[in-house]
Amino acid sequence: MRRIISVLLENEPGALSRIVGLFSQRGFNVDSLCVTTTTDPTLSRITITTHGDDKVIEQITKQINKLVDVFKVMDLTEGSHLERELMLIKVATPNEHIRAEVKRMADIFRGNIVDVSARNYTIQLTGPSDKLDAFITTATELTDVLEAARTGVCGLSRGDKALKI
Amino acid sequence: MEMMSGAEMVVRALKDVGVEYVFGYPGGAVLDIYDALFAQDDVKHILVRHEQAAAHMADGYARSTGKTGTVLVTSGPGATNTITGIATAYMDSIPMVVLSGQVPSQHIGEDAFQETDMVGCSRPIVKHSFLVKKAEDIPVAIAKAYYIANSGRPGPVVIDLPKDIVNIQESHPYEYPEDFSIRSYNPTEKGHNKQIKKAVEAIKAAKRPVVYAGGGALGASRKLIKLAEMLNAPVTNTLMGLGAFPGTHEQFVGMLGMHGTLEANKTMHNADCIIALGARFDDRVTNNVEKFCPYARIVHVDIDPTSISKTVNAHIPIVGAVDKVLSQFFDHLKDIDQDTQKEKLQDWWKQIRQWQSRKCLNYATASEVIKPQEVIQSLYKHTDGKAYVSSDVGQHQMFAALYYPFDKPRQWINSGGLGTMGFGLPAAMGVQFAHPDAISAVVTGDGSIQMNIQELSTCLQYNLPIKIISLNNRALGMVRQWQDMIYKGRHSHSYMESMPDFVKLAEAYGHVGMRVDHPSELDDAMARCMAIKDKLVFMDIRVDQNEHVYPMQIKFGAMDDMRLSKTERT
Repeated sequence: MRRIISVLLENEPGALSRIVGLFSQRGFNVDSLCVTTTTDPTLSRITITTHGDDKVIEQITKQINKLVDVFKVMDLTEGSHLERELMLIKVATPNEHIRAEVKRMADIFRGNIVDVSARNYTIQLTGPSDKLDAFITTATELTDVLEAARTGVCGLSRGDKALKI
Repeated sequence: MEMMSGAEMVVRALKDVGVEYVFGYPGGAVLDIYDALFAQDDVKHILVRHEQAAAHMADGYARSTGKTGTVLVTSGPGATNTITGIATAYMDSIPMVVLSGQVPSQHIGEDAFQETDMVGCSRPIVKHSFLVKKAEDIPVAIAKAYYIANSGRPGPVVIDLPKDIVNIQESHPYEYPEDFSIRSYNPTEKGHNKQIKKAVEAIKAAKRPVVYAGGGALGASRKLIKLAEMLNAPVTNTLMGLGAFPGTHEQFVGMLGMHGTLEANKTMHNADCIIALGARFDDRVTNNVEKFCPYARIVHVDIDPTSISKTVNAHIPIVGAVDKVLSQFFDHLKDIDQDTQKEKLQDWWKQIRQWQSRKCLNYATASEVIKPQEVIQSLYKHTDGKAYVSSDVGQHQMFAALYYPFDKPRQWINSGGLGTMGFGLPAAMGVQFAHPDAISAVVTGDGSIQMNIQELSTCLQYNLPIKIISLNNRALGMVRQWQDMIYKGRHSHSYMESMPDFVKLAEAYGHVGMRVDHPSELDDAMARCMAIKDKLVFMDIRVDQNEHVYPMQIKFGAMDDMRLSKTERT
C-alpha cells in the first residue's frame, strides 16, 4: 500500500543522508522524497512516499524514529490529509491544432502555461500525484512529452493535527 | 575560562567524561591529539598493532564493565580499519566512541592523502556520528557522543575530527558542558503502565511460562533472578545474554536457539507465555518464524521499539529498559504466592525435567584424541567458573557457550550478532585492562586466532597475562561442519594446510606456548597454564577434527526440531 510519511528532524548536515541511507540499508522503497526547512530554520521536514505492507511500514516509521536527529514521524495516510505535488512539463507543439489542444488540456487540469517557445509549451501543474499522472497520459496521447520534472509529494494532516516539537 | 588547543580539548574532554583507556594508533591526522596525550597521565593510551583490534579491545572493555569503550585512530586507513570493530559493536549494542582523524577541513572532498568519508563509511553501522567543524564544538560533541553511546539501546558513535580544528598552535576557551540535552533524543526507559498491567496478567495466568533473556538483561541480572524465582519459571538465555541468569541455577534450562539445548528449545516451543527481556528474536534463535512457538502469548520488553515485532509478532509489547520494567512488574506481582506458583507449574517442571534427562550435551570421549568439549570443561574446572571468557567465532564459540556455565553477567564476551572472527584476543585484552586481577581467557580456534594474531605483540608491551585456549582442529570447524552436513563432505577451502608452530610463535612474541595433544595431558596442562599468573600462555590444543556442535536446529523447522548428534534427531 502507498503511504506518505512525514518526518520532522534537525536541520543538520548528514541528517538527510541518514534517512535516505536507512531506506537503502533496510531494503525499503522510496517512491518520492521532498525535503525543505520549516518555518523554524533549525528544523527540516521530509515527506517520503513509500509502499509496503503494514509490517514494513511499521518498521520504517520505527527505524526513522530511532535516528538521533529525528523528532517526530507521522504516517499521513493513517488519517485524512492533504497531498500535493508540483510538475513542470514541456510538450511539443508543432502545429496550431496541438497548441490549441494543449492549451485546452492545461485549462481542464487547472494548469498554467508558464513558458512558450516556437515549438513547445511548458505547463505548470499542481495536485495529487494521480492527477499529474493523468495529465502525462493524456499529453502523451496528443503529442511528444519532451521532459517533465516533479517535486515529489508534500502533505499535511487535515484539521488540528500538526507535526511540530 | 581555560584556554587550550583543539587537541588538548579532545584529551581534556575525554578525561572529564571519565575515560580511563583509549585504544588507538597514531597517524598524520591525529598527531596533534597524540601530542596532547603525551603531556598528561589521566587518560591512558594503549598502542595496538592494528586499528581493528583497537575497536575490539574497546569493545571487550565495554562488554565486561558496561562502560563506554574509546578508540582513537587516524584518517583514511586508520579509520576504515575500525569498520569491522564498529559493526561488531553495533550488532551487539555495545557502547563505544570512535574518534577518527580527518584531513584538514579545507581539503575535505579533494581526495587528499589518507582521506575517507568516515562519517559516510560508518553511517549504516553507528548509532550516531559527528563531524566536528569548530574547535569550540569539541567538548559538547564528546559529551553528547558518550551520552548517546551509553543510553537507550547502546551503540557505537563516531566523532570525525578534521586536523585543522585540533591544531596545537591555536587556542580556544574550554568549557565542559555539565548539563546538556539532545532535544530530538529521549529514549523511553519506563514501560507504559497499561502494557505493564496486561503483561503481568498474562504472566500470572501462564501455566507454562518461560523467561527468554538476552543481552538487554545483562544490566538487570538481580531483578531477573528475582522475577524467575518469584514465578518459579524456567529461564533461557540467548548467546548474548549468557550470565544474565546464572548458568548453574536450577531454573536455568540453558542457551536457546540454533545450537541451544534441547530443553531450552523444547521449553520455548511448548510454552504458553514467553517473557522476552532485552532479546530480539534473532534468526539464530527462532528458526522458521512461521513455526515459532505456536502456543505462546509473547510479552516483549525491549528498549528499542524497532526490535519489537520485527520478526516475531509480540502480543504485549513493552518499550522500556529491562531493569525499569522489571521493577514495574514487581509492583504488580506483590500478591503472588510462591507456593501456589510452584504447585501451578508442577506439571510444567515435570515435563522440563524429562527433556533435561535426555542430557543433550553428553558427548563421547575418546582415549586418543581430545574432544573440544572437554577442553572447555577443563577450563571451567581450573578457573572455578570465574574467568572472563572471550571467544572468537566458530565451533569453539558454541562449545564455550554450552560447556562453560556463566554465573555472572559480563563474564562471557563474544561477537554474537556480526560473528567476527579475530574478535576474541583483542576483546580479552580489553577485558584484562578493565579487570587486571581477573583471569581473562580467550577460547579460539586455529582460524580465528590468526585474524588478529599481531596483538600478541601488544600483550607483551602491556604485560597482559591472557590465557589463550586455542582449539586447534586444523580446519575451519564450523564451515567444515556445514560442509559435512549440507555439502556431502566436500570440504571446499575449509582446511589450513600450513599452520604455524603456535608454540614457537607465542615464544617469538615473548610469551609461553604449550602444545597439548593427548587427552591424558589436558588437565595437567590447563592447571599449569592457570598457575602462570604473570605471563600470557598460548595453549595450542589439538582437538578432534571431525567433532560437530550439537544440538543443532534443523533448517526451516520449528525451534525444537533438532539434530542431537550425527545420527539422532528429535
